[in-house]
Amino acid sequence: MSPVLEIRDLSVDYGNLRAVHNVSLTLNAGEVLGLAGESGSGKSTLAYAATRLLQAPGRVPSGEVLFKGQDLLSLTDKQLQVLRWNEIAIVFQGAMNALNPVISVGTQIDDVLRTHRPQMKRPQRTARGRELLSLVGIPTDRLSSYPHQLSGGMRQRVMIAMALALEPEIVIMDEPTTALDVVVQRQILGQMMRLRETLGFSVVFITHDISLLVEFSDRIAIMYGGRVVEEAPASEIYRAAKHPYSQGLLGSFPALRGPRRELKGIPGSPPDLRSMPSGCPFHPRCPSAMDVCGERMPSLESVEESRRVACWLEDVRV
Amino acid sequence: MTFLLRRAAFYLVTLWAAITANFLLPRLLPGDPVQAMITKLGGRLNSDAMASLYVLFGLDKNKSIWEQYVDYWAALVQGDLGLSFTFFPTPVADVLSQSMPWTLGLVGVTTVIAFLLGTLLGVYAGWKRGSWMDNLIPITTFLSSIPYFWLGLIAISVFSVTWPLFPASGGYAPGLVPEFSGEFIGSVLEHAVLPGVTIVVSSVAGWILGMRNMMVTVTAEDYVLVARAKGLTQKRIMFAYAARNAVLPSISGFALSLGFIVGGALLVEMVFSYPGLGYVLFQGIGAKDYPLMQGVFLVITLAVLVANLLADIGYLLLDPRTRREG
Repeated sequence: MSPVLEIRDLSVDYGNLRAVHNVSLTLNAGEVLGLAGESGSGKSTLAYAATRLLQAPGRVPSGEVLFKGQDLLSLTDKQLQVLRWNEIAIVFQGAMNALNPVISVGTQIDDVLRTHRPQMKRPQRTARGRELLSLVGIPTDRLSSYPHQLSGGMRQRVMIAMALALEPEIVIMDEPTTALDVVVQRQILGQMMRLRETLGFSVVFITHDISLLVEFSDRIAIMYGGRVVEEAPASEIYRAAKHPYSQGLLGSFPALRGPRRELKGIPGSPPDLRSMPSGCPFHPRCPSAMDVCGERMPSLESVEESRRVACWLEDVRV
Repeated sequence: MTFLLRRAAFYLVTLWAAITANFLLPRLLPGDPVQAMITKLGGRLNSDAMASLYVLFGLDKNKSIWEQYVDYWAALVQGDLGLSFTFFPTPVADVLSQSMPWTLGLVGVTTVIAFLLGTLLGVYAGWKRGSWMDNLIPITTFLSSIPYFWLGLIAISVFSVTWPLFPASGGYAPGLVPEFSGEFIGSVLEHAVLPGVTIVVSSVAGWILGMRNMMVTVTAEDYVLVARAKGLTQKRIMFAYAARNAVLPSISGFALSLGFIVGGALLVEMVFSYPGLGYVLFQGIGAKDYPLMQGVFLVITLAVLVANLLADIGYLLLDPRTRREG
């Protein structure tokens, strides 16, 4: 497996507040990497920082994002513009407000082709637009529809069609199905994964819904308070999550298979950036907190061949 | 299409109501125009002349209000708005058609210029939020907060008294005959500079501010982020994704301001003695010239209605969400 995107030691600040702390993650070719965490855990911020879409006052004080060996963070605006959507496309929450309400979806897809494929003639672009819509199972005459004329699920499919317009290497899906009902969620994600198999792109899948990640991703990184606290293959996380926070997340969604178990939430609420707890940010909510947890931050260490955990429970030194 | 028909019906009803109000209002006021005219002429009229004046102004005492109303409509349909007292015996319709082009030419053109200029500046100020452009806003807002007549008087005292660069009053140099010649047009443009610039200066701030704030709001929308992620050019994102959506509220404001061109011209034309509708209205009010006032009010009403219609059509074209399905 060769890496297509390597995030190295990336930190993100909003003003003087650090939202993401020295995160390193690797996306391998053809892989679905899940990024899970509660609201405010820094998962979307991480994705926007890595693709240089972060708006002021957000900024990246340190780190590298390597795409095929070149650092995205040091590209010129011109180089970046060429790379965007060609190589890295993003599926936003299309059901919400990601499509411009006053431009037809056809034009919004066409915009991508017109900018990145200037040699394509109008009939070719229209044909490509139709092709993309049928790829995601939308009648091709919907090209002239406006977003408000489509259902939430259709808008999300349009968003996916748009992301695939230039056959990118990487597709980042940021809460792609959060606003949709469970049935449509699964249809759309299932379709996305089939398309991934035929087109062969890699996916970063960001969501708070860890049950979706367990089902649809190969590897899961769980974020808390701007740090990756556990990273392991999806099956490993599902079978035996090591970090108490991962266990808590899994316990707050109903299991898809296996015996019934009682749903448990995680007590307390996510930490405030302005007043991060000392030591491990999760210790005030952690059922197995020890003295050391409030004093020092555990580092992310490999505990098994394919698993990294940042927890004193796993640390042999304690 | 049904949407347009329904709007059209709405406008017809509004028009009817406005015209009826226009008919009733002078009749509800204390005193009547003929009395005013008699006073003006100092009682040098015999009773026959007075009676014929009443008939002339559609205020025949022997007719019921209903008959007067029917006569009023009949006259209106023929474009007969009665005779003006101030410019007696010129028909009101003629007075209006002579002064209208001046107002439309000056206030209309400058309103459009102010809107375009202000909106464009607002687009840039909102897009490059926090840049030097933001310093422009307090300045323009300060200029727009100066009462218009004061701004006009200062402009006259500086640019036509201290430095006599531009004429202080009138629509063209006295002694010229209105005709289609270079000399006349040049004179018209020269006379339009001071009133035109002061109108733009005093109204541009509102457009800049409104557009800038909408741009800031729209720039935070997800679809602008998507447009950036798509790698579109800055120009395309700024105009097709941000400004396109941000301009919608300004469009209705613009249409309303088009409707108030005629009414709003009053101060400008008073200060600069500009031969437009506002100045005519000013003279009409001074002379209790009811037919003339009625005529001007009718024009104002029509202008507001037409402007609203334009706003409706503009919205239909620019915002697909306002279009009805089917």
